[in-house]
Amino acid sequence: MSISVNKYICGYCGACVGVCPTGALELVETWIEVDNKCTGCGICQKICPLGAIEVNR
Amino acid sequence: MKDHYDVIVVGAGPGGSIAAKTAAKEGLDVLMIEKRQEIGDPIRCAEGVGKFHLKQHIEPDPRWICADVKGSCIISPDGTKVKMAEEMSGGEVGYVLERKIFDRALANESALAGAEVMVKTRATDLIIENDTVCGIKLMHLGKMHEVRSKIVIGADGMESKVGRWAGIETAVKPSDMETCAQYLVSNANIDQEFCYFYLGNEIAPAGYVWMFPKGGNKANVGIGILGSKSGEDRPIDLLNAFMEKNMPDAKIIEMVIGGVPVCGTIDRTIANGLMLVGDAARQSDPITGGGIINAMDAGKIAGEIAAKAIRNGDCSTDTLQEYEELWRKTIGKEINNSLIVKETFVKFTDEDLNSLAYSLKDINFTSMSLLDLLKALFKANKKLLWDLRGIFKDFIKNDVDFKYKAE
Repeated sequence: MSISVNKYICGYCGACVGVCPTGALELVETWIEVDNKCTGCGICQKICPLGAIEVNR
Repeated sequence: MKDHYDVIVVGAGPGGSIAAKTAAKEGLDVLMIEKRQEIGDPIRCAEGVGKFHLKQHIEPDPRWICADVKGSCIISPDGTKVKMAEEMSGGEVGYVLERKIFDRALANESALAGAEVMVKTRATDLIIENDTVCGIKLMHLGKMHEVRSKIVIGADGMESKVGRWAGIETAVKPSDMETCAQYLVSNANIDQEFCYFYLGNEIAPAGYVWMFPKGGNKANVGIGILGSKSGEDRPIDLLNAFMEKNMPDAKIIEMVIGGVPVCGTIDRTIANGLMLVGDAARQSDPITGGGIINAMDAGKIAGEIAAKAIRNGDCSTDTLQEYEELWRKTIGKEINNSLIVKETFVKFTDEDLNSLAYSLKDINFTSMSLLDLLKALFKANKKLLWDLRGIFKDFIKNDVDFKYKAE
């Protein structure tokens, strides 16, 4: 499982990075990178101020 | 860029810049890196700051001050207003900053003090040998480099990875993170000397809406809600609803978003060869969300302790422990008091909030002290605020107060 970040919605604030329990996310200037540590837990999806994140099921 | 420094600071926000400036002034060889190509932009901040504490770090400069604030107004769900203002002459207790310019001014001060500054340069990992942080791996313009140092100061903000790479758990639970959205608006039509806070579980579940004056009839209008309450209605949706109802004539000229840790102090902010400062160390205030002054205070302490450790030739936690103790004694104590207030506050229903506000409506506050407000609240609402009795005793005994302090 993993997530998709809609870069057209994302405001690159990094709130998702701060709550990611596995450290799978990284804010690189103006986009979010997701690595293979992502478990698809969905915490980032919940915290996103703009709703840019979807969990792939 | 050299291949070795005394100190590498990761992140050029207020905490990083003060740490870099302090360390450079102590005669250390300092590199400060910032992953963005522009320091200070985009902002993730409501930009309010207490005057007294700011002046401990930098002389106020009109180029980065948008408004002088002398009071605040809290509005309960039913519209009851509680106004607190500094009545002494002058009376301003806070500023609303232009962070884009402020952050650059601070970075420039660290550069002038002798630090080397690199932008568009991102830390990708730590170099760890014998359980000791010995430098960082970084990427600049697509190329990887290894740079060694005696001490790394992680000032890499809310999205910090530096601590995690060293084995310090800094991940924040959604129930410990305020998720926020803000507009800079023109045609704001608010009193430019006041900050406004709107409370209510419909307006902002377990949070509030703020309006901070930005000068020239502009304002930062933002909302923070607890992450655990977000999902169906997100900060941006609630902010749009608030704007439509309360500020229909305002014109949006900028959007700002971000998260504020409200978890209180974390267990550990040091490792061998490493210190964390500011949001990276979760040093933001759980009630006000303010983090600028705490980050600067912590950055200063970290810079001084770095110099001491390097002079003594021991950068292990044995020496860095002093940083841990110093910030916990001051910043940490305030944060944990605010955490107790926050834990009480987030449980209030709208009826509770209304009755609290109503109990204060005839009191004339002549200072902007949060302590005075809490004292008055406690006097009139002992039962509702019983969980807070411990911190009142502590405040009174130690003359502790929050960051808004008059001169």
